[in-house]
Amino acid sequence: MSPRDYELVKGEDIRDARSGRRKSDPRPRRLLVVQEEARPAVDVFEEDMVMTFPHLVVREAIALVALTLGLVVWSIFANAPLEEIANPLATPNPAKAPWYFLGLQELLHYYPPLVSGIILPGLTILALAVVPYFNVNLTRAPLWATDRRQKLVRLTAAIIAVAALFYVSGASPVWPIIGPTLAVGGLALLPGLIGGERGVLGWLSTRSLAFWIFVWFVVVAVTLTMIGIFFRGPSWSLTLPWVDGVYY
Amino acid sequence: MVSGEVFSTAARPGGFGRRVWRSIVRHGFPDTNRNRSLAVFSNLFLHVHPVKVRVEAIRFTRTFYLGGLAAALFVILTVTGVAVMFYYHPSVPRAYADVKDLEFVVTAGVILRNVHRWAAHAMVAAVFLHMARVFLAGAYRPPREFNWVLGVLLLVATVFLSYTGYLLPWDQLAYWAVTIGTSLAAAVPLVGGDISFLLLGGNQIDENTLLRFYVLHCVVLPLVLTGLFAVHLWRVRKDGGIYLPPEATGRATRVVDGEPTP
Repeated sequence: MSPRDYELVKGEDIRDARSGRRKSDPRPRRLLVVQEEARPAVDVFEEDMVMTFPHLVVREAIALVALTLGLVVWSIFANAPLEEIANPLATPNPAKAPWYFLGLQELLHYYPPLVSGIILPGLTILALAVVPYFNVNLTRAPLWATDRRQKLVRLTAAIIAVAALFYVSGASPVWPIIGPTLAVGGLALLPGLIGGERGVLGWLSTRSLAFWIFVWFVVVAVTLTMIGIFFRGPSWSLTLPWVDGVYY
Repeated sequence: MVSGEVFSTAARPGGFGRRVWRSIVRHGFPDTNRNRSLAVFSNLFLHVHPVKVRVEAIRFTRTFYLGGLAAALFVILTVTGVAVMFYYHPSVPRAYADVKDLEFVVTAGVILRNVHRWAAHAMVAAVFLHMARVFLAGAYRPPREFNWVLGVLLLVATVFLSYTGYLLPWDQLAYWAVTIGTSLAAAVPLVGGDISFLLLGGNQIDENTLLRFYVLHCVVLPLVLTGLFAVHLWRVRKDGGIYLPPEATGRATRVVDGEPTP
């Protein structure tokens, strides 16, 4: 019996003894309606579980000890930098921000402070914060599973538009963004152009659009930061770390 | 020894030491699942965990423990930071002299400062990598949207914590690095000048700025980060532990009244 059926448990069924037909019976009947227990829809999963103590606690302890040990050993061999006392009258060349801001400082080379210091980082944080509210990547459907031709056209147009935007909008073409845009965009297009089901191409073809956008963001951020850390010297000129060393 | 004996104040075998131990840890040796459960939920520090965890959730290569490592780094930073505070005056030029003393006079002071500095850099990196891992796993999807937002705020808090600490040694590196950042604040339309003035405690980086960054670094931002982190962790628990993609969770063996969730 399906859960939603009602069960007529007991009535007084009066039948004609000869024909077997039910006789109409004017007397009220007692009915009992039993409904299946109502529960919310839940999946019941069978997952392998282990006791938190010791399985997780021991792993955490090992991780904590390894981290502390690594930090202390590193600190024995590498000293934190300390320069001369601050002097507002002696501007070092180059003057660099902490490493995690050097991507933004690199942008400062191309855009006015309002754009590179306020608008772009502000938009980045805003974009990151709203990611889950726009159903980004919810199904993680592979980009190339449907509408291949249409997506090829649109994605190529988008890549060219982004590259063109960063080519013309800065004081000079923003190669640290254009480069990663073309590289990541090319990788995203590759499975759509030549197909492929196995190996690296197969893996690329199963990636979603959200994956590509996020990878693009990470590669751009890392490229900008790396250039700022390793490849910028006096007056923010391009230097080679293996020739001139690292300026900080 | 009575395994599994709980919350009993009755006299039990063992000497005074054992009585004291059992007054602190009120469960037997964790060699039974019952005592292992008690070891977790009768312990303030471990009770952030459930008593049982999914095997897939604690696999190292799934998360690289990045969130946990970031939290551990915050603890290390708090401990070393408090230790460094004993030797530091947030004033000019005393601050720089104090850091010099930490380097050359205080016993193991150089290690203390090194650990604090490198742990700070490591925490920024760990939080960013944690965010990337969470995105690629798709762990921000409903009902975890808001926890992702908290995570973004935690990233911002971490960066500001590191950045405010950057000024405190009051050397050339600190001074000019902070100059670059704070000059960006002045670029905000309309209120940029006011924000800059508020941040610096004046029109340029001087002793007032040092004091402001010191208070932000040692009190305000750690409290903000601790608060955000508490909610972050609590919501992970409320959502049933860390997110696992469908292919990593168990098979839906039985669906009670309704369709299986996709």
